[in-house]
Amino acid sequence: MKKLDLIITGVGGQGVILASDIIGETAIAAGYDVKKTDTLGMAQRGGSVISNLRIGSEVYSPLIKEGEADILLAFEKLEAVRWAYYLMPQGTAIVNNHARPPLSVGSGNTRYPTDSEVMDILKQQTDSVYFVNGTGRAREMGNIRMLNTYILGCISVFLPFDVPAWEKSIAAFLPPKLKENNIGAFNQGRKEVQSARL
Amino acid sequence: MIKLLSGNEALALGAYHSGVKVATAYPGTPSTEILEAIATHEDIYAEWSTNEKVAMEVALGAAYSGVRAMVSMKHVGLNVASDAFMAASMTGVNAGLVIVNADDPGIHSSQSEQDNRHYVKLAKVPMLEPADSQEAYELMSYAFAISEKFDTPVVVRTTTRISHSKSLVRLGNGQVEDVPRRRFEHNWQKYVLLPVCARLRHPVVEERILNLAEYAETFPLNKIIWNERQLGIVTSGVAYQYAREVFPKASLLKLGMTYPLPHRMLREFASRVDRLIVIEELDPFLEENIKSLDIQVTGKEFIPRIGELTVGIIEMAGRSAGLLADAPPRKSINIPLELPKRPPLLCPGCPHTGIFFVLNTIGKRSQPVKNKTDDPKKPDLIICGDIGCYTLASYPPLQSMDTTACMGASIGMALGMEKAGSTDNIVAVIGDSTFLHAGITGLVNAVYNQGKITVIILDNGTTAMTGHQEHPGTGISAQGKESGKVDLEQLVRGIGIRDVTMIDAFNVKALLKGVRGAISRPELSVIIVRGACPLNVPRHANPRVIDQEKCDLCNTCLRFGCSAIQKVDERIIIDTELCVGDACAVCEQLCPQQAIAPQSNTAGKVVK
Repeated sequence: MKKLDLIITGVGGQGVILASDIIGETAIAAGYDVKKTDTLGMAQRGGSVISNLRIGSEVYSPLIKEGEADILLAFEKLEAVRWAYYLMPQGTAIVNNHARPPLSVGSGNTRYPTDSEVMDILKQQTDSVYFVNGTGRAREMGNIRMLNTYILGCISVFLPFDVPAWEKSIAAFLPPKLKENNIGAFNQGRKEVQSARL
Repeated sequence: MIKLLSGNEALALGAYHSGVKVATAYPGTPSTEILEAIATHEDIYAEWSTNEKVAMEVALGAAYSGVRAMVSMKHVGLNVASDAFMAASMTGVNAGLVIVNADDPGIHSSQSEQDNRHYVKLAKVPMLEPADSQEAYELMSYAFAISEKFDTPVVVRTTTRISHSKSLVRLGNGQVEDVPRRRFEHNWQKYVLLPVCARLRHPVVEERILNLAEYAETFPLNKIIWNERQLGIVTSGVAYQYAREVFPKASLLKLGMTYPLPHRMLREFASRVDRLIVIEELDPFLEENIKSLDIQVTGKEFIPRIGELTVGIIEMAGRSAGLLADAPPRKSINIPLELPKRPPLLCPGCPHTGIFFVLNTIGKRSQPVKNKTDDPKKPDLIICGDIGCYTLASYPPLQSMDTTACMGASIGMALGMEKAGSTDNIVAVIGDSTFLHAGITGLVNAVYNQGKITVIILDNGTTAMTGHQEHPGTGISAQGKESGKVDLEQLVRGIGIRDVTMIDAFNVKALLKGVRGAISRPELSVIIVRGACPLNVPRHANPRVIDQEKCDLCNTCLRFGCSAIQKVDERIIIDTELCVGDACAVCEQLCPQQAIAPQSNTAGKVVK
């Protein structure tokens, strides 16, 4: 593997940074060099959050260059569009089909993009766009926080790490009593992602 | 052993393994996690200090007394601590003193983009800069050794991208260095900075920096990486990572010590490459210091001095300088609408929401949604703000802050406006941690000079913006132990303020009455608005919901900026996963139609 650059994005509080941490640890366990850099501070307060995660044999810059991310993983649709310019042509975009309209949309000053606009924008960059119903599935499973492991299951299909390695790193980040359900969510995401391709 | 550590975690671990015994800090992005990480080691002493100046003084005292000490702060923290910092340079340290200073290129979470490398030149002290977490870890033991060998404080400078990036760290033996305690030396000519002593110290400081420049020639983390000789790059910190990615064939002089510079090493490097450039973030600090050696070098002619650098920016700069061939233009994405921005917000259930809604209302800063007129009144309340989460109340829809400069400035500025004869009512708004940091002296000044302003202290019982650190008002130490507790009400009464009101942050009527009353009385008044940060409220009971039959879409509930309240498809709804429910209920108090109620009261009704 030459390199894998991942942009992981969403809204503060959705678990973007945790997901990025778990992927990072999984990559390290597989023997790769890893650098990652996250938005902290001001942007945590419900703002747009972006994590740059770079995996390779030796990584220099912690920041990914625009247009060179292999995978864009978005926990929220507007954030997928906002950071789409980081994705390389024909990279992979995995988007949680969930809208969190910013306040300015509620007050009528701006407009949230329609689903077809979101798809069109991403399709300009790549044919590999996956719209996954992570928030819905996590609600069905009874805990919105399982969105995180469901999404990890989705992205796991595109990364060169085996399932036991994922299970190990997920378990390391969660309290033992939550492990079983989250592994379940992970496996469901892993199973369902292919059918979510647009 | 290999660990994925942030730069801040690596600095803390490096300091701990170097035998540091006292660590101090005041929280500030991007430096906060250094103290948080080192405070987990119970065999050393770590404290959140009241402010950076006090933190510097505590660490300096510890070093004088004979143990290794570290103080960490963000770049503007060193502005606050600069008096103690300059003194530390003059006296020297006895045991090692390391000052970790975290700059914020790109202004991710700060009020300025100042390049603090200039401070070390002013103070004539050495500076080390790590380029990743591995170096952050390793630099610490060098920093303490240099501090003790040359009897000087040592600055370790990071930037946001070093402090907050995580990379792999290979720990050596992972053992804590056994550093014997030194004796405090009773030496008034060294430690008492009377003019007569300071005059003796100045030549020592000048000689020290010359000796350090000599040491820099052999400092192991100053290294030349030879490659092709057409281009030579001098660089340090995260810029080194970008430089080697953009110019893989160039030769590099990578500086681990960026002040003072290794003169002979620089001359040798310069003489053996065809073209010499500097790649550095912010000011041309290295460039100007290299130019002063009569070495021909460029950098800021084509590399921006504003904002963070990236690989992309350096590539573009490299093309403009003829160092890289033109690249084919990248296909741009066509986005057919203006994307809504998503700035950071006050959280749902934030205790600052109610008070700023009240200030907006009293100050006539936005029009009521009903009875809109074409001729709005002008705001007649000046709100001097301060630094914390509540600075976010500047954004629409609250728009309730007129000034924010630096920690504690609200009170002095408000008094200045009053003394200048402003006819508007003037309030200062300041958080609890910020008040304790730098607001107390401003308030004492207002008492002394007979101010008539109203000072509103927002007491959420934590240092929220930087991630919930303890402070002198919480009664809990940085290491999680019970500690002394400063009572804000007693404090303000004690310095002579008679007009003091305590108000519940979630009682809108009481806030309206309290603020109206305080600004109408012609004397100095303090209102302490108390309410817990929602991120510290463990259980969110009874989220509020909107009865759609009662809701007449008047939009009042959208006027105070709660992000749980959203307008979707011409309906206003409350996201029950975000709403904190009983812990807040501000929206319920404000709804003119009484359409908002706890979820538990609405069973069986059509809601949401």
